[in-house]
Amino acid sequence: MKRLFKPGLLIPVVLIIILAIWPLLSGNSASSREAMFTLIMSMALASSLNIILGYTGYVSFGHIVFFGIGGYAGFWAITELGWHILPAALLGGLVAAIIAWLLGLAVLRLRGAYFALATIGILEAMKALVINLDFLGGPVGLEMHFSEYKRYGGPMQSLWMVYWSMVALAILVVLVSYFVKTSKFGLGLMAIREDEDAAEVMGVITPRAKTWAYVLSAVFPGIIGVLFFFKNGNIEPGDAFRLHFSIEWIVMIMLGGAGTVLGPVLGGGLYQWLRKTLLTSPFFKDYQLVVAGVLLLLIVLFVPTGIIGWLRARSHKLRRIFE
Amino acid sequence: MKILELKNVTKRFGGLTAVNDVTFDLEEGEILGLIGPNGAGKTTLFNCINGVYKPTEGKVIFKGQDITGLPTYKSAHIGLSRTHQIVRPLNELTVLENAMVGACYGRENMNLGDARKTAREMLEFVGMAEKAEALAGTLNVAQKKRLEMARALSARPYLLLLDEVLAGLNTAEVTHMLDTIRKIREQGVTIIMIEHIMHAVMSLSDRLIVLNYGSLIAEGTPEEVSQNPEVIEAYLGDPDLAARLLEEEKA
Ligand SMILES: Nc1ncnc2c1ncn2[C@@H]1O[C@H](COP(=O)(O)OP(=O)(O)O)[C@@H](O)[C@H]1O
Ligand SMILES: [Mg+2]
Repeated sequence: MKRLFKPGLLIPVVLIIILAIWPLLSGNSASSREAMFTLIMSMALASSLNIILGYTGYVSFGHIVFFGIGGYAGFWAITELGWHILPAALLGGLVAAIIAWLLGLAVLRLRGAYFALATIGILEAMKALVINLDFLGGPVGLEMHFSEYKRYGGPMQSLWMVYWSMVALAILVVLVSYFVKTSKFGLGLMAIREDEDAAEVMGVITPRAKTWAYVLSAVFPGIIGVLFFFKNGNIEPGDAFRLHFSIEWIVMIMLGGAGTVLGPVLGGGLYQWLRKTLLTSPFFKDYQLVVAGVLLLLIVLFVPTGIIGWLRARSHKLRRIFE
Repeated sequence: MKILELKNVTKRFGGLTAVNDVTFDLEEGEILGLIGPNGAGKTTLFNCINGVYKPTEGKVIFKGQDITGLPTYKSAHIGLSRTHQIVRPLNELTVLENAMVGACYGRENMNLGDARKTAREMLEFVGMAEKAEALAGTLNVAQKKRLEMARALSARPYLLLLDEVLAGLNTAEVTHMLDTIRKIREQGVTIIMIEHIMHAVMSLSDRLIVLNYGSLIAEGTPEEVSQNPEVIEAYLGDPDLAARLLEEEKA
């Protein structure tokens, strides 16, 4: 219990909760709910990716593949098998986890840029595969009938249900992220990040630890994919496997601070807030990817440890507050 | 009792034979000095023992168990720890966390709480306690060498492989490190140490083995080895040097 009341965990959780209830307090609740959904979803996705990227040091570039795979699995269960969204979401997470486990056996042997490139290859291969699978709708994807929402009390209720599920999931991801970071398992992952061979010489069973980190970082994007596409009402390969979303998650992590618990939460929020601001500006509207690229460049050049990493390096006190 | 037996261990890299048909035994509680010129194959021999490399030929027996080519993490689990000649600190982790990795994943597979305690003890032991909260990347070379040592010791090994832990240290630091190694032996840990600083390895070792171009050319007490003509010829090069070293030792 004592571990639950550490600032390193409380700060990100409270931050998510405050953002989550914002739509209830603000006048225009539907539009601020949509904005907060995107924000909180980004926080959860970035935090998930951070487990393999930030803690373990493996840059999974095409990580959105798990969001897509999970999304397809769950969406298919809902539309073709008539499943309720909640078991369908769990199915999405399970399928993403299994695929990550299988892929991990092959690609986690690769290091550095080779691993990063392999994950892009996986993403493109998976996209090509799905485009050719008729039961998943091929290139046009799958669509959900509007009447599906009746089951949950109508479209409005469905959207709110998905919203609160997303909030709960984001909090769960932060809990997992925190407990991984402060556990023996997490210490092993960070040892791998710093020097994989040295970690192994010290007894870290690196193949196993990396595989678990990869599976853990894939399961939540898998679940989130189901929520996202259920809310969307349709799923297609282009949306499910879009590389540049993956890259944005990396920008979020780098912005907030890779390898920290709070970093991806803060980075995910800040990035989406910035993006929204830019989108509404007529000048920046067409340049948002350019902005993301420049932002990434600036971070890598000037604050490679991100905001939280930078703060943690300032003093011992800050190290204890920000995990 | 024999803790380690090497039987005809050979390691080739393509055409280069880095370790050539090396055979020796090690008694429990012993300090064995491993000497030889640069490039003689000493580090490669360590790598063959703890599983970084699988020997091209030959066997490595640890406590009666064949461990030839076992992954390094398995060696660590059964009580074989080592330091690296070229230090490998986990830079972005604290000194304490570095040592905790050793404790958590070493022979006793400790939980975080026990690991923290053991790690602190070992940092104290090697004289690094006041640096516990510093990031390992910020240490100087001497401190990084001691950290390597604390990390290896935190695993509570039966056999400790020390690869040039004295290199790059000043006289005071060498003395401190020698003290530390003696204390480790007193705790019953068996040690193989690779060392270039002759007086140090001569004074610490119960026995020496000498590698030259991958082959074991001499074996015996420090006195025997330093009087061995082949060693003088091949390794020390300068025949007077051996005599001088022994003088130094007696002085
Ligand atoms: N991974 C490797 N690949 C190829 N050659 C190697 C490798 N490791 C060591 N060697 C070679 O093996 C020989 C012995 O090296 P090493 O064991 O490091 O010597 P020592 O530790 O005695 O100075 C050297 O010629 C070195 O270049
Ligand atoms: Mg060497």
